[in-house]
Amino acid sequence: MTNAIQTTDLAKVFGTKTAVSKLNLSVREGELFALLGLNGAGKTTTIKMLTCLSRPTSGDALVLGDSIVSSPYSVKEKINVSPQETAVARNLSARENLEMIAGLHGSDRSTAQTQADEMLSAFGLVEVAGDKAKRLSGGMQRRLSIAMALISKPQMLFLDEPTLGLDVLARRELWSAIEVLKGGVTIMLTTHYMEEAEALSDRIGIMVKGALKAVGTSAELISLTGAKTLEDAFVALATESGTSE
Amino acid sequence: MRLLVFASRNRKELLRDPLNLAFGIGFPLVLLLLLSAIQRNVPVNLFKTDQLAPGIAVFGLSFIALFSGTLIAKDRTTSFLMRVFASPLTGSDFILGYTLPVLPMAILQSAITFGAAFFLGLAVNVNVLIALVVLIPAAVLFIAIGLLAGTVFTDKQVGAVCGALLTNVAAWLSGTWFSLDLVGGAFKTIAYLLPFAHAVDATRAAIAGDYGAIFPTLWWVIGYAAATMGIAVIVFKRKMQSDAT
Repeated sequence: MTNAIQTTDLAKVFGTKTAVSKLNLSVREGELFALLGLNGAGKTTTIKMLTCLSRPTSGDALVLGDSIVSSPYSVKEKINVSPQETAVARNLSARENLEMIAGLHGSDRSTAQTQADEMLSAFGLVEVAGDKAKRLSGGMQRRLSIAMALISKPQMLFLDEPTLGLDVLARRELWSAIEVLKGGVTIMLTTHYMEEAEALSDRIGIMVKGALKAVGTSAELISLTGAKTLEDAFVALATESGTSE
Repeated sequence: MRLLVFASRNRKELLRDPLNLAFGIGFPLVLLLLLSAIQRNVPVNLFKTDQLAPGIAVFGLSFIALFSGTLIAKDRTTSFLMRVFASPLTGSDFILGYTLPVLPMAILQSAITFGAAFFLGLAVNVNVLIALVVLIPAAVLFIAIGLLAGTVFTDKQVGAVCGALLTNVAAWLSGTWFSLDLVGGAFKTIAYLLPFAHAVDATRAAIAGDYGAIFPTLWWVIGYAAATMGIAVIVFKRKMQSDAT
């Protein structure tokens, strides 16, 4: 199986602070890879670099075969991202938001309309298709935000804390939507919720202070630390010194 | 195509905000009517329609800076711009996408101001069309100020800088509310080192049919517009590549 992401000593330094330190990580095609870490661990900075929003200080990464440093526009043609905060155009309707993103990724008007219909249906947004995004509930806005990330049919999808701030039901609904995508599209997801990482991901990477501390399946991480749960394993890894990989 | 999709989104966002319409069109009209009423009761040459309407038209454009700046700042602070930055749009697409929809709005705003002035006694002739053309560099200047402010500041700061500071500077130093000759001295010197009084003088010259008087003073506005847009483009592109988005 080929890798959708392959980073090589990927690093980001802000002044004297190292946000990401020589990250060497591979994500396989079709895999759902969860990145866990405390606040400030470097998860979002990693996603910003991999989505070509932030240029690495050093190192490089191949995303679907293209360098994020030398071929950012080629990378952008193949990926999409759902940012940490809900990112929708507030005065546009749900349908208009979807058609806009499809258009920005190169779809003509009629294709964009067809793609918007598909996404509205897939994410249970048909009934609110004509409502302005600012009138939608938080859960609906988050679903719309993720539908906007998928409408371009990306080969690689980045979800930065997709269920942050959602209630339990809305979170479960979103999990179901993400489950449907698994296998068809490579997904990198960051989250603070252990049960989310456990329920959705094929593999989990744990970042601590900008470095990748451990990578494996949920069972492997639990076994590695001798913990009883993924949360215990995470706490053990996040609080011990030293890094691996 | 991608540029037009982005420009269309920005046009919709601006036109669907009722505050934009109220301030952009309503406020200049109220001022025009109010000062015309004063002129009828206490005749002041400065408030004659052919003198007042050009000043109000330039003053009204300062709200255009507020609208475009607020839109860009909100896009940045809500992560919307992060989502769009991850699409294959180029830096030029972004700048034109924010600029193009605002320019027709600015011209329409000026046309509505002159249209209202017809009912207050402004002569209906070709000079008004020439005045609309003369106002284009001023419109570009205010759009550039908005682009720059929206790129650097938060939406609340844009409200303070463009909504309070710029509108007041544009009002006081333009010679619209009082004759700069009456104040004279350093105040008049400073006013004529800035572009606002030149924009008003050029538009008044156009309305008066004194075409020879347009260009010496319009060069100031064109120079300021070009320089400000150049700075705005550089700052926006740098910001796009930085990590603050």
